[in-house]
Amino acid sequence: MAHAAPTAAGFQDCRDIWVKTLEDLAEADPRIVAVVNDSVGSSKLNSFQKKFPNRLINVGIAEQVMVGVGAGLANGGRIPFVSAASCFITGRALEQVKADIAYANFNVKLVGQSSGVAYGELGATHHSIEDFAWLRPLTNLTVIVPADAWETAEAVKWAAGHEGPVYLRLSRMPVPDLDIPDRKFRPGHAETVRQGEDLTIIACGTTVHLAAAAADVLKAEGISARVLNFSTINPLDESALHDAALTGAIVTVEEGSVRGGLGGAVAEFTSAHQPVPVERVGFPGFLPTGSTDWLFQEYGLSPEGIAAAARRALLRKG
Amino acid sequence: MLTNDRVPLIKAKALWMRRTAFTMVHRAQLGHPGGDFSAMDILATLYFGVMNYDPKRPDWPDRDRFVMSKGHATGALYSALCAAGYFPEDWLSTYMQPKSLLNGHPNRNYLPGVETNTGPLGHGFPVATGIAIAGQLTGASYRTFVLTGDGEQQEGSNWEAAMVAGHRKLANLTLIIDRNRLQQGAGTEETSGLDPLDQKYRAFGWDVFEVDGHDHTALLALLSAAPGSKPRCVIANTVKGKGVSFMENVASWHHGVPNDVQYDQAMKELV
Repeated sequence: MAHAAPTAAGFQDCRDIWVKTLEDLAEADPRIVAVVNDSVGSSKLNSFQKKFPNRLINVGIAEQVMVGVGAGLANGGRIPFVSAASCFITGRALEQVKADIAYANFNVKLVGQSSGVAYGELGATHHSIEDFAWLRPLTNLTVIVPADAWETAEAVKWAAGHEGPVYLRLSRMPVPDLDIPDRKFRPGHAETVRQGEDLTIIACGTTVHLAAAAADVLKAEGISARVLNFSTINPLDESALHDAALTGAIVTVEEGSVRGGLGGAVAEFTSAHQPVPVERVGFPGFLPTGSTDWLFQEYGLSPEGIAAAARRALLRKG
Repeated sequence: MLTNDRVPLIKAKALWMRRTAFTMVHRAQLGHPGGDFSAMDILATLYFGVMNYDPKRPDWPDRDRFVMSKGHATGALYSALCAAGYFPEDWLSTYMQPKSLLNGHPNRNYLPGVETNTGPLGHGFPVATGIAIAGQLTGASYRTFVLTGDGEQQEGSNWEAAMVAGHRKLANLTLIIDRNRLQQGAGTEETSGLDPLDQKYRAFGWDVFEVDGHDHTALLALLSAAPGSKPRCVIANTVKGKGVSFMENVASWHHGVPNDVQYDQAMKELV
């Protein structure tokens, strides 16, 4: 079984490990199939297609039938991984995701590729920053956003073995492996990346390593920031949220909208149970054209931007 | 084997199903009786003349599948499933009641025999296409049947499925279109015309047949015919509300509900 040996410094495009993991799983289990919308290349499934030509079902540029076919394949006893750009699989086919996958509770694994602002220069139609908000209300759908290559592999393996609908939000943005000893993938449970007691930074996906770097900046200023990797957006780890609120202030960070995503979910929890200041770092709405790196810098998804949000949160903590 | 000996059984079941569906809708004061009744003979033929299934084993992997893409016609679907033995008759009176397993649109997690959750139009056909692909992949012997309304064919997702099925030569897939020529507000051809529907499906790589959707003998012959080399589209010419004089061909019976007088009148006719 493939796994990425954690390295302190290497940055990886996690699509490579996604494909390797899927191929290993497919080798072991003939029920596993992939469904795509002409997205063989962008899903990096060319080698999967060569190895298992009958098990790569390409429906062409047609997201609604792609997701519907996923449901039908599950009815027919297959384990489908439906892979497409996350802006299209969640946007174009949202009703199919809602009704055919989540509501019908079919054993389908939806894989959103190149999520967030991976397609930065292509503009807002190709940005996928609304997906958390659109998917969070859907009962039965587990939403996972891996933070690095190791977690990507673990999430794909877990999804294959889990009976029920899953949405895996993958990125093509190179990220380093998180330097956490003795890791164990536990969906629905947050992972502690940095200990801390003055406030908690709750991050997900491509922003987790940035949040860890922000904590290091704050530490130099005498601020002890806890950093949590919330790789499961649905269901949310409310126990970790409870403990985070006890630190008195929270910053959320996501490669997504500040409206209705991880930050929204955290704010829902704190306002209901433990009101503390919550600063949400993310994107405000439709974004201008720009590279992924430029957009991250411009909108504060950086160690300095996250540290600034932390200082704002501490001021509000009072 | 499937022969015309089945026709009297199909006819009897179709009558029971009509009486049952109308009773359910009358009791609940909710439903879609017009569309139930145009589909009734198609469902009776499938369940009592064509399909290979076992109500005691709804998850039997080799079962023939029926997808009710026109998911609002639950009067028809539930009476068919009940007649076929999937659940007991006393469940029928709970139709549309709070927390009922028999809700307005079918849910596979509530009722055995429901292959996928339909309701929003245009969903069942793509799902049925996926079921057929699974069968083709594994060389399974099961056949997949899906029923759409004709107004439903205005949804674009159907045409994505038509394209995929035609391209993949899914000979194990049969689409039946309940061609009653009415939709919610008015006729289909005055709303957004579908004709020539047969030419459209042929152009997408399907074998297309037309049939009287209330002729059990013709339906039985067509639906039980051996698969060819292409997916099969059966355009069933039907009458919305067929079987009850005051409902036949009247658009407002799409989701009209009978009062007591209308109910009694209908029960007198359905014999």
